[in-house]
Amino acid sequence: MSGIIISSLGKKLLMSLAGIFLITFLLLHMGINLLVIIFEDPMVYNKAAHFMSSNILIKIFEIILFGGLLLHVIFALILQIQNWLARPKRYNKANYSNTSFFSKFMIHTAVITLTFLVIHFLDFYIKAKFGHAAEIIVDGVAYHDLASEIMDKFKMLPFVIFYIAAFIFLGFHLIHGFQSAFKTLGLDNKKYTPVIQVLAIIYSTVVVAGYSIIPLIIYFL
Amino acid sequence: MKLKLKIWRQKDPHSRGKFVNYRLNDISADSSFLEMLDVLNEELISKGEEPVVYDHDCREGICGACGLYINGRPHGPDSLITVCQLHMRKFKNGDTIVIEPWRARAFPVIRDLMVDRDAFDKLIQEGGYVSVNTGSAPDANSIPVKKVYADLSMDAAACIGCGACVAACKNASAMLFVGAKVSHLTLLPQGKVESNERVRDMVAKMDELGFGNCTNTGACEAECPKGIKLTNIARLNREYYRATF
Repeated sequence: MSGIIISSLGKKLLMSLAGIFLITFLLLHMGINLLVIIFEDPMVYNKAAHFMSSNILIKIFEIILFGGLLLHVIFALILQIQNWLARPKRYNKANYSNTSFFSKFMIHTAVITLTFLVIHFLDFYIKAKFGHAAEIIVDGVAYHDLASEIMDKFKMLPFVIFYIAAFIFLGFHLIHGFQSAFKTLGLDNKKYTPVIQVLAIIYSTVVVAGYSIIPLIIYFL
Repeated sequence: MKLKLKIWRQKDPHSRGKFVNYRLNDISADSSFLEMLDVLNEELISKGEEPVVYDHDCREGICGACGLYINGRPHGPDSLITVCQLHMRKFKNGDTIVIEPWRARAFPVIRDLMVDRDAFDKLIQEGGYVSVNTGSAPDANSIPVKKVYADLSMDAAACIGCGACVAACKNASAMLFVGAKVSHLTLLPQGKVESNERVRDMVAKMDELGFGNCTNTGACEAECPKGIKLTNIARLNREYYRATF
C-alpha cells in the first residue's frame, strides 16, 4: 500500500482518478454556466451560483475538488520532471513515430489550462466567494449578481478570445487525457478502447462547444 | 546509391560525442542497412580511422542485439522489423541518413552507436522468470491452458528486449518491455504463482533504474519490431494494482 505514492504506477493511478473526477466536474460546471444563456432571467444563474457557494455538501465537494486538482497537478509535475530526466540527451532528429497527436503536448496544454484556471480563480471565483460582486436582494436573501458580471465581461472581445482559446487547448488536453486515464486504470482492450476513444472526442467537443457558446452568444446577441 | 550519413560518434561513456558526416558513393539498394555500415567501416579502416561501433548479432531479426535510431525512428523507416532486416531500398539515392544511439538515462552510450542495455537484464533479474525446477520437457497439455491466454502470453513472449520501446517513447519509459514480460509469465499457470512479487519488484526496479513514466502515447507499440501491443501496459497496471491493494 505504501508504494502507491512512491511508485510511478501509483502516482499515475491517483493522477488518472483525479483526472476522471475533474472530467465529471467540468460537465457539472458547464451545466450551471449554460443557465446564463438558457434563461433570460439572470436570477436563475445567480440562484444556482448561490446554491453552489452556500450548500454544505457542495462545500465538502469543493474541498475534494481542489484536492483532486492539486493532486493531478503535483503528480503530473513530478512525473513530467522524471520523464525529462529519463532522457538527458535528446535526439537530433525529432521523433517520427506514429503516435496519437495530442498526447505529445499534454504538459503544454496543461500549462495553458492551469494559467487560465489561476486567472479564472483570481478574477471570478474569489469575487463570487468573498463578495466583491454587486448584490441583488430577493425575498430577503442577498445574491451576488454574477450573471451581470459575466454579461459585462463577455461584451469585451479580448475576454471572449482568451476564454475560447483556453477551452480549445483544454479540449486538446481532454482528447488524450480522457482515454489515457482509462488505460492507466488498466482498462484497455480491443472491444472497449475504440468506444472510449470515440467518447473522448465527443466529450472534448461537447466541453469546448458548451463553454465557448456562452461568450459567443453574449458577444454577438 | 549515393548517401550522406550523419552518425553519432562518441569515444567512451564519459566523452561528449558529436555528429560526423560521411559520404558513401556506391551502395547497392539490395544491401542491408548493417551491410551499408560495414562498407563504411571497411572504408574507414582502410583510411586508418576508427570504425563506427554498433551492436548486432544474429542479423535475422530475432536476437534483439541491434538497434539504431535512424531518421527519427528506432530500427528505421520500416515497421515490424529490427534494423538488421532493414534494406537500403527503403531509402532514396542522395538521401541524408541521421543515425543515433538509443537515448535514455537507463541506456548509457558505451561507444558511438552502442548502448549499455544492462538495465533490461536487471529488470529480468527482478522477476522475469519462473522459479521452479524445469526438469525434462513435460508432456504436452499436462497443464491445461486456455487457448486465449496461451495466445496472449505467446504474443507477449515475442519481445526480444531490443529496447526500441524505450528509444521511441518520449519519456524513455520501459513500460512496454515490463508489460510484455509480466503478461508473458502471469497469463500462464506456471508464472501465476509469483505474479504479485514479480510485478511489484519489476516496477520498483524500473523506477529505480531511471526509466520515464508511461503517458499512453503509443510510440512504443508503433515502433516495436515484434508488434507487442499497448494492452500489455494496461495489464501491467492491473497486475500492479492487484498486487499492491
